[in-house]
Parts: sequence; C-alpha cells; structure tokens
Amino acid sequence: MSGAVAGVDPERWEVVIGLEVHAELATRTKLFSSATAEFGGEPNTHIDPLTLGLPGSLPVLNAHAVELAVRVGLALHCTVQRSVFARKNYFYPDQPKNYQISQYDLPINADGWLELPSGQRVGIERAHLEEDTGKSTHVGGGGRIHDARYSLVDLNRAGVPLLEIVGRPDLRTPEEARAYVSELRAVLVAVGASDGKMEEGSLRVDCNVSVRPRGTEELGTRCEIKNINSLRSLGRAIVAEAARQVDLIEAGERVVQETRHWNEDDGRTHTLRSKEEADDYRYFPDPDLVEVDPDPAWVEQIRASLPVLPAERRHRLAERTGASGETVALVVERGLDDLCLAAIDAGADPARTLTHAEHNLSDERSRDLDPAAFAALVRMEVDGQLTATQAKTVLAELVDSGGDPAAIAAERGFEAMDTSELEGLVDDLIAAHPAEWQRFCEGDGKITGFFVGQVMQATRGQADGKAVTALLAARRG
Amino acid sequence: MSVERALSGSPLPSAVETAAAVRAGHRSAVEVLGERLERITADEDRVHAFNLVTAERARAAAESVDARVAAGEDPGPLAGVPVAVKDNLCTQGVATTCSSRILAGWEPPYDATVVDRLQRAGAVVVGKTNLDEFAMGSSTEHSATGPTRNPHDLSRVPGGSSGGSAAAVAAGFAPIALGSDTGGSIRQPAALCGVVGVKPTYGLVSRLGLVAFGSSLDQVGPFAATVADAAVVCEVVGGHDPGDSTSLPGAFPSVVEHLDDGVDGLRVGLVTEMLGDGIAGDVAARVRAAAEALAAAGATVEEVSVPAVAYGLSAYYLVAPAEASSNLARYDGVRYGVRVDAPTAGEMMEASRTAGFGDEVKRRIMLGTYALSAGYYDAFYGKALRVRTLIRADFDAAYERFDVLVSPTSPTTAFAFGDKTADPLQMYLNDVCTIPTNLAGHPAASVPFGVGDDGLPVGVQVMAPALGEVAMFRTAAVLEASAGAS
Repeated sequence: MSGAVAGVDPERWEVVIGLEVHAELATRTKLFSSATAEFGGEPNTHIDPLTLGLPGSLPVLNAHAVELAVRVGLALHCTVQRSVFARKNYFYPDQPKNYQISQYDLPINADGWLELPSGQRVGIERAHLEEDTGKSTHVGGGGRIHDARYSLVDLNRAGVPLLEIVGRPDLRTPEEARAYVSELRAVLVAVGASDGKMEEGSLRVDCNVSVRPRGTEELGTRCEIKNINSLRSLGRAIVAEAARQVDLIEAGERVVQETRHWNEDDGRTHTLRSKEEADDYRYFPDPDLVEVDPDPAWVEQIRASLPVLPAERRHRLAERTGASGETVALVVERGLDDLCLAAIDAGADPARTLTHAEHNLSDERSRDLDPAAFAALVRMEVDGQLTATQAKTVLAELVDSGGDPAAIAAERGFEAMDTSELEGLVDDLIAAHPAEWQRFCEGDGKITGFFVGQVMQATRGQADGKAVTALLAARRG
Repeated sequence: MSVERALSGSPLPSAVETAAAVRAGHRSAVEVLGERLERITADEDRVHAFNLVTAERARAAAESVDARVAAGEDPGPLAGVPVAVKDNLCTQGVATTCSSRILAGWEPPYDATVVDRLQRAGAVVVGKTNLDEFAMGSSTEHSATGPTRNPHDLSRVPGGSSGGSAAAVAAGFAPIALGSDTGGSIRQPAALCGVVGVKPTYGLVSRLGLVAFGSSLDQVGPFAATVADAAVVCEVVGGHDPGDSTSLPGAFPSVVEHLDDGVDGLRVGLVTEMLGDGIAGDVAARVRAAAEALAAAGATVEEVSVPAVAYGLSAYYLVAPAEASSNLARYDGVRYGVRVDAPTAGEMMEASRTAGFGDEVKRRIMLGTYALSAGYYDAFYGKALRVRTLIRADFDAAYERFDVLVSPTSPTTAFAFGDKTADPLQMYLNDVCTIPTNLAGHPAASVPFGVGDDGLPVGVQVMAPALGEVAMFRTAAVLEASAGAS
C-alpha cells in the first residue's frame, strides 16, 4: 500500500520525510576565490589566501555560481529573489575562517516544487548558496575528532560552491525519498548545474525523519540523519530510523530531536549531537559581501535558456504515446525521448517505438541513433517484413554501426517469408506428426510450441512465430 | 608650532617636495631614505613607533627608484618617499603581527592593495608601525610589543589604534604613513600627535590585505605632516579594487587639484553634540577658533544638531565587537601563527587563543559573541544596526544644509600612560566624536589646530557626506593655513 515503510505498521504510523540536498555546483573556481574547484588533487593544492583563511583575504562572489544557482532555482519553480550572504560561526579545524559563508534569512531561491515521475509534487522551501568545508581525517581513536591522536586537514574542497536544496516534509516512504533524489539529480544535471555524483560527494543528502500516528496532522519530533552516501543507504536509513522512533514511542518513551549518524555497517543510526548541544551559529550578514539582487531581465534570459526538464519531457512523451508512467519515466531517464518522438514523427508506431526504447536500447550510444533509420525499422516490423526477433537484431546493429535497416536485414537474409511457402511448411509438418496434431486439435496448448519450433528450425528463425500460430489455428478450423 | 618638540631635529621636506626633487633628479631616493633612517636611529628607541624597521628592503626599493630615474623613467607621484605602514596591513614576505602574539612568525604571501599601490607610485616602505592589538584601542597601550610614546611628550600616549603611524610622522621617521580607522583609529592619534589624518569614505580605499577588525567600519587612510601630502596618498591608494567586494567603482575623487580652492561660500556646521559634556574646555575653544578661521576665509558657519550621534558609541560597541568576534575566529592555531598544543583540536584552539590574544581583544570577542547570540541578536546587534541607520539619516539631514561638519577629533589632548587602561569605558569615550562617521561610512579628517592648555596638539575634525572628499580637503587646507596664524 502507499505510505508503507518496512517494519512500521502502516495502519498505525505515518512516516514523514524531508530531505536537504547539498549539490556542488559545476564551476571552474571556488565560490569566493579563484582557486580551482576541481575534485580531488593532492591535499592542500587547490588553495589560495582565502581558502586558507589568511589575514587580510577577502571573498569575491563567483558570478557563474550565482547563475547556476538561479538555473536550478528556476528549474525547481522557485522565486529568485534578493539575497544576502551571512556568516555561520562555528569552530572546526577544516573550516578555515571558523565561519561558513552561507545564506540565512534571504536565500537566492525560495518556494518551489519538484515533480516526481509519479506526478507527486514535493515542495522546495529554499535553495541557497554556501561554501563547502574542507575535509578532516582523524587518525587514531575511533576515527572521530574527539578521540583522535591527530587530525589531518585537506582544504582542497573548502570554498567549493554548494547549493543547499531544502525540501519540505512531503515525502512518506523510502521509495518516494529515493525518487525525489533521483529526480533532483536529473534536474541538476539537465540544467548543467552539477555532475550529481553521490560517490564523489558532489551530491550529499541529509534526511529528516519523524513519525506520527496515521490520521494526525501534527508533525512528530524529527531527527536529522547524516552520512548517507547512496540512494540505497537513504532507503535503509529511513527504514531503520522510522522503526527506531516507532519502537521508542510504543515503549512509552520520547523521540529526542537530534542529529544522527547513519552507520552503513550495522545498518543503524547513532546519536551525533542533540539539540541541547547544538551550536549557536550567531548568523549575521557578512560585511565583506554585498547583497545579490538578480536583475529580472537576466533571470528571464536564464529561464529562456533552460532545457526542457524531465517532468515536462515525461508529459510530452506520455501525451504522444499514451504509454504508462513507468515506461515513460524510464525512456526519459535514458534520454531517449527525443529519439522516440522524432521516430514517431517519421511515421513509426508509438507503442512499438517505446517498447524498443524500453527493452532494446539500454546502451548509452542509443541516444545517437538516427531517428529516420529507427522509424524505418519499426515500420518494417509493423508491416510484417521483420519478426520481432529480427527487428531486435537489426536495431542492435543500427546502434553499433548505423546504416540502413532494410540493407542490414537483406544482408542477414531477413526476408519476410511468403505466406504460401509458410503454409506449405505447416501442412508438411501436420502430415509428418499426426499424433501431435491430434493433441493440438484436442486443445493441448502446450503442443503449439512444438510446431512453431519445428517451423523455426526449418526456416533458421526467419519465420514469424505469430503467423505460424495463426496458420495452425486456421488449419484446425 | 608653539609646543616644544620632545625630540630633536628640524622639519624635513614633505612628501610632495621629496617626490618632486627625486623625480627631477635633484635628490636621490637613497639619500632621502638615509635622512629618515638617521632620525629613526636617533629616536626610535624612545618612541617605539615601529614593530619592525625594514631598512634593507627600503634601501633596495630606494635604489630601484633611483635606477628608474636614471633610466629616464618616472617612478610615480611618490617617487622615493619613505612611508611607514601600520602593522595590520599585509606586506609580502615581511612579518605582519597586528601587535598580537597570536600572529608571531607569520609572513603574508601578498601585499595589501594599498601597499602595492604605494610601491607602484614609487614610495619606499621603511617599516611596520605599532598599534593596539588588532586595532582595538585608543592609546597603543594594548600592544603585545609595548606602547608607543607621543613624540610631543614621551610621558603621554600617541592615541590609537594607529599610534605607531601617527608617532612615526610626528617624529619625522617618515613624511607619510598608512593607518586604519574603524572608530577613529587614524583621526584620534593624528590629533594627539599633531599630524594630519584622513579616513576616506567607506569603500573608496581597498580593504584587501588589511587585517579585518570591524569589516563594515574599517577604512585605510593616510597620516601626513601636511594636508597636501595626505591628499596625494589618498589619490594613490584609493580607487576601485575588484578584490574587495565593498570597494566603490571609479577612482578616488580628485582632491589634489582642489586644495587651493578655499572655503568661500562653503557651508560649515559646528556639531552641537560634540562641543558639550565630556569635551575639554581648551579643546572646544580650539574648535571654535577653527570655526572662526573658516568664517574669516568666507565660509558660512552655524551650529547644527545631529541628535543620533549621541548613540554612536553604544551602537559601535555592539557592531564592531560583533564583527570582530567573527573576523578573529580564524586565529585558532590550525594553519598559521601561534599554536599551543593540547590533547584535542578544540582544546588546542582554546589554548592557542588564550595564549595568543591580549585582554582587550578577548574582552571585545566576548562582547561581540554575546551580542550575536541567539536570543540577544535583536536586542543588541539588530538594534545597533537600526541606530546606525538613524545616525546616517541624521547626518543626511545635516548635509542638506551643510557641506562639511566640524568638531573636535578627540575630547582631550594626549593623556598619560595608564590613565585610562583601568576603565575600558573611559578609553572608549576617546572616540565619541570620531565613531559616528564610521557608522555612517562617511569621510572625515583630523587637522592640527594649535595646542591645548598643556601645550599639546589639538586636532579639529572635518566631516563630509559620502564622497564629499573635495569639500573636506578644501576645508582641511584652509584650517592648516590658518592654524599657524591663530
């Protein structure tokens, strides 16, 4: 049923999920300096005075980062607004200035939504710009800063632009949460804002989970889960955390608002810090920077330059083909919708076209397929010049090396068989196998395969199985 | 000047005169430098204007200026002019300490924009001057390297926080110096040391390479023996810098060409709130004399009330410490400067900061941290920002009727060492007349105008609206010319 989370009684409990996604923006340089923002590198080589937090250094805003943030904001149907950078003050060794420049009460993007393939719209509270921190490696102890023997700091990542996309608590299941992240990643990639690689940390997900008795409105106490490194972990962490909270409440205890750490190995979440221990960040407007007030004309220019986004592409394809939501979502995810639409324009049958896209075009190179050749192939198949099996073979060769489907079919000897030739073959078979034919006539469906197999063997696979079945039925009368 | 100088030596040529002589090949930069280094050798032990004298580097720089002149090139408007630089301005490869233990051993890998521009104009950096630690103070007593002494009376403070720069110019160690002014840190020591000090409009001079104290208030500016020298330095160091996001577009206003314009027809307002309680009688008398001099030169002079300036000090001591608490967070022992080892990273940071910062810096970090804390922000920092808006509005109203405003720079002449260190509030009151212009972001200059009852220099402050530097310099030039006469 909808709204079910494994291990939690769906009749009694509803799980409420809200995600905060940090996306590294695909800029050449950092958010406030000219040091390279490239991933990796020897530790502490992608640095400059600002990255090191040297005295006297000052931030200068990267205009490209602002443009990418606006692209995402518009793609998420946000209001792009006047924004102010603030300092979030806290001490940590990989935070070179001991404050992070972020946006607080005035984010650049506010109030939008993201449409999932299911049609569900998930609210977006805000999508704001901020700088990334460096990376600490704690050596000795349990690998945590508190009991480490010493810590190594790499500031290569410090100052890389991030867009923090704060979703509203509109999600109810791990599946929805995963669909949200997938869709968000598709949007980020589509608008060219981020490479969306979770494994390189360019897309990071923090997950807020709470539970409430089904049918009630008031939100339960939430916990924020960190250290989620894959879509799989996201699903597992939600299941584990929801079950933990339900267990607590059912045991008469209370959920404490806190930040929890997902442990991939034991499959559980663990306390990182409670609200009482939470830092007071002492936000205030950064006096080194001026407010960003995007010119409406510039924003419109960016809006006009956006590609057609996944949701709209799904609508477009569904409208044209009448195909199911899942098929359409898969074809769009593979980026084959433009190809399919062009093939359909060129006269291909929509249903056959989508079937091929769904089942026979998982190869990435399929996107480069010539729509006219694809359309010609589908037409040949629908006209009965090729069997489904033959069409699949020709299609694979088209993806491999291109060419003309008719020529490929001819080269392989895929010629549609003459009906009279096929009739002759079937009649010969009936005569040669009277016992089998008797069983067929008595309604033994399983024996159909025997006759079709014999015809295929005789024609080296070139006969149309459906045509053979039809002939058999006709002979039976 | 009626005061008897504590130090020996007759006045040396101004920066303008020096540059003209060097550019014309009449004097060599090396010779000019030698003359100043001689003064430093003679008197620096007693004054302690410098944290570091960079004689060798200066010699090399002077030689290169001479070589350029010899090659027929023009080294620039400050050719061969020695300059002292406040030790909170970054100098490439030269220790920059902010007079704090915490930056011990740190050498910046870059020059501040202002230092770079000075050098490109032919100036020769002779050393880094003492200051109250991280520019927090009004007497240069809060320095990890010990106090600077006032060249006019070695038992008195030079003011602060740029006390070293003010003393360096007053002692003849250099004709010009750079300082920074967050709440009066150029103007107040200029007044106490009897030299000219200018804080330009916020955003006219780059802050890149200035070690931040209160970023929304900090502004770099010159000390000089003459108004003309200060004007030249402003034009050289000022103007847009793409490396500072708060830098204004365009060049520094052309002030040099208007220095002789006089004040005929200029509307001068005498700020009532800055002539009453808390202002010493002799200082107020000098300010009134200055007003009369301006009137005599053709200006119309009237008293004007700018009521909100009364709240300036309170607002400043929330805004500046708040920004400082965040700006100084980076001194944690992790990447540079002093590190005191401890079992954990957090304890290491705490131990390093405890050992590295002096009391006044710690006091302001605590004030600022408190002012920004959850639950207090609106009552403190938020309210201070609203007062700031109010002060700007009151100044704007005054500037509808006046071109410049005049007041004392400091409530008293130079005070004795230890007089105000026991009571931080008494120390803070030194800046009561200078702080409002920082909060408004406006320009202001301090010009020497005779002496007080104790024979020590009195400075008159000339304030102007944002980008009103031309009117401000015209007024300052007239005051300078009348100071000797009255």
